[in-house]
Amino acid sequence: MSTAPSPRAKLPPVDRVGAVVIALVIAGGIDLGAHLPQKISLAPVDLLLAASILLVAYNVVSLLRVRDRFAWRMFLRVGRWALLAYLVIAGMLEYVFVLDGTRGSTLVVLTLMLAVFAVNIPMILAYSVARYQPVEPA
Amino acid sequence: MAEAIAEVGGPGSIPARPAAEPSRDFQIIPIRGLPIVGVILVGLVAAIASNQLWALDFFHVAAGGLWTGIDLFVGLIIGPILGGMPVPARVAFSTRFMPKMLLVMPTLVVCTLAAGWQLARYVGNLTPASPNHPWLVASYIVVGVMAVIALGVLEPANLAVLFELKKPNPNGELIGRLMKRFVYSAGITGLMQVATLVIMTRVASR
Repeated sequence: MSTAPSPRAKLPPVDRVGAVVIALVIAGGIDLGAHLPQKISLAPVDLLLAASILLVAYNVVSLLRVRDRFAWRMFLRVGRWALLAYLVIAGMLEYVFVLDGTRGSTLVVLTLMLAVFAVNIPMILAYSVARYQPVEPA
Repeated sequence: MAEAIAEVGGPGSIPARPAAEPSRDFQIIPIRGLPIVGVILVGLVAAIASNQLWALDFFHVAAGGLWTGIDLFVGLIIGPILGGMPVPARVAFSTRFMPKMLLVMPTLVVCTLAAGWQLARYVGNLTPASPNHPWLVASYIVVGVMAVIALGVLEPANLAVLFELKKPNPNGELIGRLMKRFVYSAGITGLMQVATLVIMTRVASR
């Protein structure tokens, strides 16, 4: 037996925060991409990356708080497959940058941005599906 | 892709149980297509690793052309046709069409971007001294806006609709509401695709 899905108002805005994270990561990627292969100050990208990591952490914490009002089984089911797909995509992009000789702190920042990208999007996808699914009994 | 779903109907237009109920026995991700995606990605890695101009050009132009073409064709041709079809037919079409799009579009996007970056490096467009560099930066911004819309709005709603359609009693109001998002976002991505065509033809002509 399952219960009706939780009303939207009771769930945190994971999808909206996640969209902001995508925008931050992409803005950082554009800044890096526009200057590569030159050496540039990474400060603006670092700021964007730090903000995106904080927002992803906020999403994780706020989701964990709604423990019993959320379809976790569906969330994990969708999330793990989406994570696999986005790890492949992020890995492909990382491969291109490494092959092109990106090294040092630029590569570290780039890798972290791709990691945020690969975690954030599956979380949005899984949340978007699970929020409309019936909540399984504990 | 976006409008195909968007045109399925407004809020409440899909009854809880349509008269001619379409099959709910569909795969959200078509498993049979995964090996094809795998082969394409292996080919992409080979093209990038070998750094051959033709191979990079092929992956970037073929995948980019298909990406832009499919977006415009589905949005401008398929979408309006779907809008004139009976609701059960629209749902039946979407349950067959959208799962395939979930495989096709991300594959085209990753091929276009990865091969495109390597191609730009190969022909020297990445260096800020290149006359094409400002156009490339413009293309990053265009792709960036499209990515935020596609990954943050369209894809999550697509997936949610497909899972809703698999339920024994799909919520028509919810499906209509999710599909409404596409109407607004599809217009923006359509404009972005036209901008991509302008930028890429400009870069290729210099």
